[in-house]
Amino acid sequence: MSTVSDSSRRLLKATEKTGGKLRKASSSRIATAAAFLIAAIWTIPTFGLFVSSFREANDIKTTGWWTALSNPSFTLENYAQAFVSGDSLPLSKAFLNSLVITIPAAIIPIIIASLAAYAFAWINFKGRNTLFILVFALQIVPIQMALVPMLQMFSDGVKIGGLYILPGLGVNGLDGAYAKVWIAHTIFALPLAIFMLHNFISEIPEEVIEAARVDGAGHGTIFTRIVLPLATPAIASFGIFQFLWVWNDLLVATVFTSGGELPITKALQDLSGSYGQSWELLTAGAFISMIIPLVVFFALQRFFVRGLLAGASKG
Amino acid sequence: MSDFFQWLAGLSPLLQIPVILLSFAVVIGLVLAFVEVSTNRGRGFAILRLLASVLVPVVILLLLGLYASVMWVAAVAAVLGLAVYFYDRRSRSGAGTFLQLTGFLAPAMILLAIGLIYPTIRTAISAFMTNDGSGFAGLANFAWVFTSPDGLTALLNTLVWVLVAPVVSTIIGLAYAAFIDKSRGEKFFKLLVFMPMAISFVGASIIFKFFYDVRQGEQIGVLNAIITAFGAKPVDWLGLEPWNTLFLVIILIWTQAGFAMVILSAAIKAVPAEQLEAAALDGTTPWQSFMNVTLPGIRSSVIVVLTTISIASLKVYDIVSSMTGGRSETTVLAYEMVRQFQLGSRTGYSSALAVVLFVLVLPIIIYNVRQQKKQGGTR
Repeated sequence: MSTVSDSSRRLLKATEKTGGKLRKASSSRIATAAAFLIAAIWTIPTFGLFVSSFREANDIKTTGWWTALSNPSFTLENYAQAFVSGDSLPLSKAFLNSLVITIPAAIIPIIIASLAAYAFAWINFKGRNTLFILVFALQIVPIQMALVPMLQMFSDGVKIGGLYILPGLGVNGLDGAYAKVWIAHTIFALPLAIFMLHNFISEIPEEVIEAARVDGAGHGTIFTRIVLPLATPAIASFGIFQFLWVWNDLLVATVFTSGGELPITKALQDLSGSYGQSWELLTAGAFISMIIPLVVFFALQRFFVRGLLAGASKG
Repeated sequence: MSDFFQWLAGLSPLLQIPVILLSFAVVIGLVLAFVEVSTNRGRGFAILRLLASVLVPVVILLLLGLYASVMWVAAVAAVLGLAVYFYDRRSRSGAGTFLQLTGFLAPAMILLAIGLIYPTIRTAISAFMTNDGSGFAGLANFAWVFTSPDGLTALLNTLVWVLVAPVVSTIIGLAYAAFIDKSRGEKFFKLLVFMPMAISFVGASIIFKFFYDVRQGEQIGVLNAIITAFGAKPVDWLGLEPWNTLFLVIILIWTQAGFAMVILSAAIKAVPAEQLEAAALDGTTPWQSFMNVTLPGIRSSVIVVLTTISIASLKVYDIVSSMTGGRSETTVLAYEMVRQFQLGSRTGYSSALAVVLFVLVLPIIIYNVRQQKKQGGTR
């Protein structure tokens, strides 16, 4: 198959040479120019911020970053400053908060979702399809619909009449408590996670599962020893997607965190609200916030693309 | 539970990561150990099943800390647990199978029920209640959305976002994907445009604040530096009504074009080479072959990209929040919804905005899912 198309491609090249060579050359030159233009527009703003983050605070405020290219004078002072100061809390603390929020909020939903996905894929029960469609349909609920009642539930619990069905979490205004934001991210991740992992787990060949069952393995063993290892690629692609989603999130953080637990996105946003005062902190802070996602992104690009496509409707 | 979280909050933040993950792992380990043996025969396992059915719900409730009404609710839970035990004992596929299923499904289902379904219903109800939740308001909140300056601006701006951002991002992404297809350094060029996807909207907003900056004297924002170099007066881009919304939309386009490009590039490569060759042999220009062969071949991917970015545009919050805070008539539904709640605790208005957003998103998501199903191979 590939040799056929290879040879025909060679044939094609030969015909191209005679016929539309000139026309092709000029149109491809325009295309290349356009591609370069887009690439430039897409990188220059980031590059400008990057250059600025290494300039003296006063230079940033008085001259454009491009002047630094002809007249370079750079410093690491902004990064040092950003680590110790910020609007509401030091950015180093916010960075730490982001880690503390993101790591559990990426791992916990994956495990819970893979349990459920396994049941939907490999346990026969009445109403399986209906329940699965219901979970799937939950993806259409924008998280905006759930934010406010969820917040009230975390603080006051659920009551029917005078009777508590669920108590509140009891962590309102408590320093160092991340429970609310962990739980919120976990719940919001579930519909998509169950759906994605189910797609993958249900494609594991039946013989593999059946063989283990014959050998006397229960569902617990099959899940941990066979399904989880085989589903690693799917888990990785969803994991990366969820990690970046939580790290970059502002909305959930705005509603469910406060004071000393703000993640770096919210801390930066607060900082950028104090307009024009602290450009040097903003530029350095923005790059501090981008380091982790960019590293994850470059290292695991392949998985990220898959996760993105499947996670299209999240949010 | 509340005690556990309070204790956890006292630990240093970094220590909290392993502690919460370990406690979670212990719980999941217990669940898995139970589902492993729950279908085994024998008196011992039957007792285990009975204990699990009755005690687990009670213990969970006690852990949650139902101080006031604990006896009542715990008793109800125990009775329900007992009922589940007997239901399970008579289940057709053997004792223990229902409990097993519960072990796998319950964590996710309980979380979804209390964290997504219940709040969504609450929001839908509050949309018809007065702002303090005290009485029925009929359609007054929706009337507010469609007539008040804030609500109307949010609605109209959201429409601008959803009309402009998906189309422009898709065109740019598609053009770029087509231009660099099979060129040297394709991977590198893709990365340049794709990279903004990894940057948060907050980060992107800071990048563009710098880009749009305006001030007295020498300009530090690229845009104003360019136009002042041509002798024009500097422009306050973000205060320039009504165009400022478009300047915010550009930021979303900047982050989403990479997404469009990656997906469409994969689709372009999947167009059968034979078709393109046949077209070339017929003497079509590159433009003709793109319009008549490639584009029909990637139609379903284009639709998925368009709908996906439409959903993102409808829900946009971060960009408006970090760029303008909704000032100068730039507010959108998702932003106004949070603002109404945070500023004045106006839950009626806020819920009505959320419901309007939901109604706008709904058809697009359904369409998107259908397309993805048709397309099948994208995952």
